Amino acid sequence: MRIAFPFAAIVGQDQMKLALSIAAVDPSIGGVLVFGDRGTGKSTTVRALAAVLPQMQAVRCPYHCDPARPDEACDTCRSQSETQRAQSSFTLQVPVVDLPLGATEDRIVGALDLERALSAGEKRFEPGLLAKAHRGFLYIDEINLLEDHLVDLLLDVAASGENVVEREGLSVRHPARFVLIGSGNPEEGELRPQLLDRFGLSVEVRTPGDLKTRIEVVKRRDAFERDPAGFVAAYEAENARVRDAIVAARDRIGSVAVPDESLEKAAQLSIRLGTDGLRGELTLMRAARALAALQGDGEVLWPHLASLAPLALSHRLRRDPLDEAGSATRVERAVGELAAA
Amino acid sequence: MGRARPAAANDGAPPERAADRSAPEDGRSLFREALTALAIFAVDPGIGLRLAARAGPVRQVVLDQLRAALPEGVSMRKMPTGISQAALLGGLDLSASLQAGRPVLERGVLTAADGGIVIAAMAERMGEECAGLLALALDLGTVPIERDGISAEAPARIGVLALDEGMEPDEAPPDALCERLGLWLSLDGADPRGAVDEDGNLAAGTILAARSRLASVRPDETAIETICQAAMAFGIVSLRVPSLALRAACASAALAGRRVPSRGDLDAAIRRVLLPRAVTMPEMPGEDATEDEPDDQEDRAPPDDPPPPDPHMSENRDPAEIEPQEEIDVGAMEATLPADLLASLAAMTRPPLQRAGSGRRGAFAERARRGRVVGTRPGDPRRDRLDVVATLRAAAPWQNLRRSERAESLPGTAHRPLEIRSADIRVRRHRGKTETATIFAVDASGSAALARLAEAKGAVERILADCYVRRDRVALVAFRGTRADILLTETKSLTRAKRSLAALPAGGGTPLASGILAALDLAAASARDGRTPLIALLTDGRANIALSGAAGRPQAMADASDAARAVRARGIAALVIDLSQRPSDQAREIAAALGGTYLALPRADSKAVSDAIAAAPRGPTPLGASRS
Repeated sequence: MRIAFPFAAIVGQDQMKLALSIAAVDPSIGGVLVFGDRGTGKSTTVRALAAVLPQMQAVRCPYHCDPARPDEACDTCRSQSETQRAQSSFTLQVPVVDLPLGATEDRIVGALDLERALSAGEKRFEPGLLAKAHRGFLYIDEINLLEDHLVDLLLDVAASGENVVEREGLSVRHPARFVLIGSGNPEEGELRPQLLDRFGLSVEVRTPGDLKTRIEVVKRRDAFERDPAGFVAAYEAENARVRDAIVAARDRIGSVAVPDESLEKAAQLSIRLGTDGLRGELTLMRAARALAALQGDGEVLWPHLASLAPLALSHRLRRDPLDEAGSATRVERAVGELAAA
Repeated sequence: MGRARPAAANDGAPPERAADRSAPEDGRSLFREALTALAIFAVDPGIGLRLAARAGPVRQVVLDQLRAALPEGVSMRKMPTGISQAALLGGLDLSASLQAGRPVLERGVLTAADGGIVIAAMAERMGEECAGLLALALDLGTVPIERDGISAEAPARIGVLALDEGMEPDEAPPDALCERLGLWLSLDGADPRGAVDEDGNLAAGTILAARSRLASVRPDETAIETICQAAMAFGIVSLRVPSLALRAACASAALAGRRVPSRGDLDAAIRRVLLPRAVTMPEMPGEDATEDEPDDQEDRAPPDDPPPPDPHMSENRDPAEIEPQEEIDVGAMEATLPADLLASLAAMTRPPLQRAGSGRRGAFAERARRGRVVGTRPGDPRRDRLDVVATLRAAAPWQNLRRSERAESLPGTAHRPLEIRSADIRVRRHRGKTETATIFAVDASGSAALARLAEAKGAVERILADCYVRRDRVALVAFRGTRADILLTETKSLTRAKRSLAALPAGGGTPLASGILAALDLAAASARDGRTPLIALLTDGRANIALSGAAGRPQAMADASDAARAVRARGIAALVIDLSQRPSDQAREIAAALGGTYLALPRADSKAVSDAIAAAPRGPTPLGASRS
């Protein structure tokens, strides 16, 4: 088993870590989009995520269904009795699945099991990466280079929580609830605006500009490569703190109150920015609730909204291709104006 | 901006200064230089090596040397360009299985190469899929294996040697791979004759000893600091690169038997890992090269923040482009870099990857769309061309299954030699059909164009906004003085297009012919890749610099007409937007020679131009041979 770089040892990248933590607390947030240059640690951060997620109970089936939630389980698990499910359940690390660039549609949605068909003349479905990512995270590096129809498909499945395969004489549907994490470099091609809006949060990752931080990054990387196990052990306590915070927030989130005043603020912010539809507002509220839960606050207040507005709204602004100011700047400006109003 | 390169028309006669700097190179010393890099790679293959060289005896000598230097048990496996994912990761060997009538599994190249070296032949033609998997293996040291519902990871600690044979400006291995390959080496000009490995670094014994010492080499604070500092000074954004440079320094120290990388080791690493990717030579803070262009003032104000270093520009080093900065900024360089590095920099006046001097990088996405065979997909043969082989291949695995199904459901029906279902039908995929590329050739000369260049820029920006919506690609060529520069190879990135446009200075003569030919080059490359190019030429048509670079209106006009006819002969659609104060005959003539539409730039109405582009007829895709 390979060892991932510890989440807690990642220098900087606070916004990205925040967005991922929020998605871990409330997976219904709708995916996270990360934009930034190559080699700024996007992949490292996502891959480090698995280790700070609490382990989960799973049934031994291709979709590692939740034994406690038969309503969300696959057909096989649903037909089993509760005791059967409980008997076959085991503890599993939350999956964080890497979708390599250029992965084919077959590999993503699943396809006929060729081996089986050849040898036994049997028609059987071989689950793809979507099945593997069920109940976890699906990470796509360079999502802006993925063909649009695949991005569409991924977003559809992520939204519906179900993967429907109708091909090669197969008709399969199976649960696929996952948080989609996409990353890419906007300089190499942009994502269609229609797709942008479908992500819950977006983060812009910048490479640390100061020498000290950069030295620290390289130093930790070097230490990790020399002795991965030792390095991970050194950060385990800090990783555990992050994990505990996520677990605690999950328990608390149901009781976080959303005062009318905050709802109104969120609406005002969206109107001011002219974001289309209600998706932005809803995501902002949800994310703010998760943040309040993470911070141990009982209700959603303006500071939560203000700090998350760039993450939840900046990718939803109607893009003016001739406007030099970044979207994040425009959101921050609107937040400032609203705070002053 | 450093994106420019001498246009094709000037390739024969590079700018004088560049010639001075690269001419007197000693082939033997270059070759020895290559051997040192090779030794570093042999000690720690995980660093990765991108070897730019044509196939030939010199490269073969290098590969043989590497083979001989590697300790026993370290394999070198060649990976063909069009390797399938199954072959990379392992899986069912379809042809063997069909032959044997039972599943035959093959071991993936990546897992089989664990602990050894994978040689990627013709890496410039490598597909995204393959590069993505290699990148994954390089990042994680493992590859995913999924079979029979089992998901596992198999170790794949590989070193990648990418043989980069790219010749065309836009041919290069995928960025995802290049990023992860530390050492960039060019054999251009290297001559193995009489060159010996003086230090004996490549002796198998030395490599073996160095490998065993490697784990005990520890970089000190200074080493890490020096490398990070140098990376920043070169404008290298990625943090992966300094890490790779550090590994190279450690490998170099291990070769020399040092426990801590010395200045020399750091120097070696910086030269072979960082320098080839340099975006900028160290420069003074706050200095913006584009600001001192007097002609640029009335255009869009330069962005407030200095343009962030662009990782792609790293490979766009143009000697002529970098040199002036180098001269201006010697003081700054001394301040930020260790002294002995300066000496080596002085020795490295030639960009280590010769080909990298070209403004090759368009969007990374370009390669995703490249390749003559764009593939097959299930579809309707009435609408697209049927691909017989792919259809048979799709049907093949199911033959037994279908026969037994048929026997069950319709007993007694005749045995059919082939059971093909509609789901098997594969048609050829012509991805290029829907993709268009608009190549702007902008006249930035000092003549009449100057008066309206701002408007022209406005028009181009407007069109760019449209292209963004339509997902078109755009490229930008500017011509002024005596040459044409490709400011931007094809990209879908609006951000980059706008940036290069904003930085476009004006002044000088009108080398119209060079501009048209540079645009033609881009258009032809685009057509080869299966897209439909359109050249939008923004000029006043008053050519006064001939193709040779000499001043003189008659010759210049004749050359321009010839160039325009060449465009027409290739069947590439074109559009001329007249920038002169009032519609001119010259521009009209060029339009006629191009066989394209003529349009006078309307006063302060860039929308009309933009509409014209949208409505422009796209000529038939030229170069019939490009489709396979």
